[in-house]
Amino acid sequence: MTVTTTEPAPVAPIPASSSTRLVDRVFKVRELAILLVLLVMLVLTQLGNSAFLSEQGIKDLLLNATILVLVATGQSLVVITRNVDLSVGSTLGISAFAAGTYLQGGGQPVVAVVLAVLLGVGFGLLNGLLVSLGQVPALVVTLGTLYIIRGIDSIWVGSRQITAADLPDGFVDFGSGGISAVPWLALIALALLVATAYYLKHFGSGRELYALGSNPEAARLAGIPVRRRILLAYTFCGALAGLAGALYLARFGNVDSGTGTGYELTVVSAVVVGGVVFTGGSGTVYGAALGALLLTSVNSVLPALGVSSVWVLAINGFLLILAIAVDRIVALRVASALKKRNARHG
Amino acid sequence: MTHRSAKDPAPVLALRGVSKSFGAVRALRDVSLELFPGEVHALAGENGAGKSTLIKTLAGVHRPDAGQVLLDGEPALFHGPADARDAGIAVIYQEPTLFPDLSIAENIFMGRQPRRALGRIDHRATRNATAALMHRLGVELDPDRPARGLSIADQQIVEIAKALSFDARVLIMDEPTAALTGSEVARLFGVVRALREQGAAVLFISHRLEEIFRICERVTTLRDGALIASEPLAGMTEEDLVRRMVGRDLDELYPKQDVEAGEVALSVRRLTREGVFTDVSFEVRCGEIVGMAGLVGAGRTEVARAVFGIDRWDAGEVEVAGQALVNGAPSTAMAAGLALVPEDRRAQGLVMGMSIERNIGLTGLRATRRAGLMDRGAERSRSLDWAVRLQVKYARIADAVSTLSGGNQQKVVLAKWLATGPAVLIVDEPTRGIDVGTKAEVHRLLSALAADGVAVLMISSDLPEILGMADRVLVMHEGRLTAEISRSDATEETVMAAATGRAAA
Repeated sequence: MTVTTTEPAPVAPIPASSSTRLVDRVFKVRELAILLVLLVMLVLTQLGNSAFLSEQGIKDLLLNATILVLVATGQSLVVITRNVDLSVGSTLGISAFAAGTYLQGGGQPVVAVVLAVLLGVGFGLLNGLLVSLGQVPALVVTLGTLYIIRGIDSIWVGSRQITAADLPDGFVDFGSGGISAVPWLALIALALLVATAYYLKHFGSGRELYALGSNPEAARLAGIPVRRRILLAYTFCGALAGLAGALYLARFGNVDSGTGTGYELTVVSAVVVGGVVFTGGSGTVYGAALGALLLTSVNSVLPALGVSSVWVLAINGFLLILAIAVDRIVALRVASALKKRNARHG
Repeated sequence: MTHRSAKDPAPVLALRGVSKSFGAVRALRDVSLELFPGEVHALAGENGAGKSTLIKTLAGVHRPDAGQVLLDGEPALFHGPADARDAGIAVIYQEPTLFPDLSIAENIFMGRQPRRALGRIDHRATRNATAALMHRLGVELDPDRPARGLSIADQQIVEIAKALSFDARVLIMDEPTAALTGSEVARLFGVVRALREQGAAVLFISHRLEEIFRICERVTTLRDGALIASEPLAGMTEEDLVRRMVGRDLDELYPKQDVEAGEVALSVRRLTREGVFTDVSFEVRCGEIVGMAGLVGAGRTEVARAVFGIDRWDAGEVEVAGQALVNGAPSTAMAAGLALVPEDRRAQGLVMGMSIERNIGLTGLRATRRAGLMDRGAERSRSLDWAVRLQVKYARIADAVSTLSGGNQQKVVLAKWLATGPAVLIVDEPTRGIDVGTKAEVHRLLSALAADGVAVLMISSDLPEILGMADRVLVMHEGRLTAEISRSDATEETVMAAATGRAAA
């Protein structure tokens, strides 16, 4: 018998803390990295154009980001469950017009906002039901609802338009007002962002969204109500898209049947740039919000530096691919580090 | 939670006359089973005997077509895994079911986290409880570490901690030791005994018969979905148990012909893929069947994949009939006469929605081409020829392979590769999940191929299959080749000792 080397497995204690720190750091760095890129970009622009970060300049930056931050927050929840909602642009458009029509007829601003949110909830529920019951990929389902909602919007709105003149003055003022450099709209978005982040971290159903995105089969075996959670994520996403519609109306005062067209792609970009992984289970809404802030800031930075805004789209695309490439490289590095550690500890 | 005393004769969980079918396959036929508190009960049976279906029925994943699940003597209706869990039934599946992105602590307490005011999760309590569980299990795993990248053994530990965390009254373990080393198995058994002392009922599944005898008091044997016997283990021998599982003596199951080994057909030297396997060297000669044993995750499949060129290797070399293979190029491996029948036939071996004819034809896309276009007639006759030779049972050759039984699907995969006329055939788990009859046919086929001079490398976790079929046994443990054992010296003990990293006697 030729038995070659057989050594007993060394049962060494695992240097657990060091590797955890490594992994921890990588995940925190993900959000820090975006923040850093953002700050560097803003500082460089400020150096090139000292009028850039004036009170009005900061206010514009925040106002531009607000609506995208809101929709990206909702989208994050859906992406965390390993799904996607492409209908958010259409939902935003139709909610904005519904709120505008109501206000045009002399309605209450608060009721108008509630109306927009409820409309969003309705479309969110529709998406959620189709995805969770239909067993059809979310990409296809929500592409379908994207067109359906836009179609309804076009039939209903036709060539009509709502302008700021049709809206109550208070509503329009609210859309552009604020405390010095901080707009009201940004405060609303920030409050919702913080609440959502807190919910995701500290409530069971929030953690379950991560769990079912991380491993759907294991989630089912762990007794997580998978369909209800997916429904929840879509409903929340729809509600925020509806709210974003109302805020869009307040900010721009101008809505027609094309409002929000193509917006879903900007939202998905912001979420992915912000480190919410498309395959589910990982990422934070803070990251998504930073991603949104970064993408919208590019819009303001280029004109301030005297660069033509035709570059905006290309730069956004570059940031998106850079973000995905960095994520992929980091994931491979972490995986091989963990694997080697396991091989050693055997 | 209060536990019944260990002397209480009432079964805590039972199956009465349960049947379950999936399509035309009858997975369970009128099976009854009783689990008593304070007793470790073994469930024995070959692959495909219905063990997994039985477990999933107890766990609330499957609902029986006929018969009942009884909890404390009362009929229980589990609408899902959560119902079974709430009834105190913990299941540790063969494949760990963890959330890779979440921390170990979250994995253990998902859905049942300790709460603070307003229903918020008490993260600190969760972490402390996890640390306490790890201490109780005698392992050092950081509760905050994500589950991604844990070794199989550590993943198993997390699963066990999960079961411990809710003081399960019934613990069901599906081959929990398959990937564990000797000391880890001993630690696991310590935990199982402690649970038994506390009055829990344990259902234990293992292919290692000596473990069944070491820790269990009763054994229920299944064969082809039917109950064979449910009896105390005291007084039984391993041979008795095997006879109940297999239904015949082992010798006739493994019809290996003696063949004089010829030239070296496959030579693997110092093959290394970093972090996966290290310094693997072996040879397979014409006419030889070389078995490759080891635990799940030991790196056997990975070696086969690298040899065939699916994954790249970092160091070493592979030769087929003296000709060096290119790293990471399956097409040159195929041209050199290498064929690989993968372990997962549904995901890797077959295109499930495509016909039998087309599936077999996939390896002949070059051979059956005329002027750049497929010759459908040649493809069909080639496929028919091999389907008939391997006695694949089908209605029409144009039927999708998804309509075939597991055994016949495996024959299609074999046909697909044998049609290339390989000099070296690597088969990975060739009989996993197929019925006993087809299994014997596959064995006869492999034996006949070897007799015709084909070099066969057979990876298998089925120890009797390795012992019955192989001329030589290679054993891998944690990415290394730990032993090479001749047919005459190969026994369950010598192979398992090498596979679990215990020093061989």
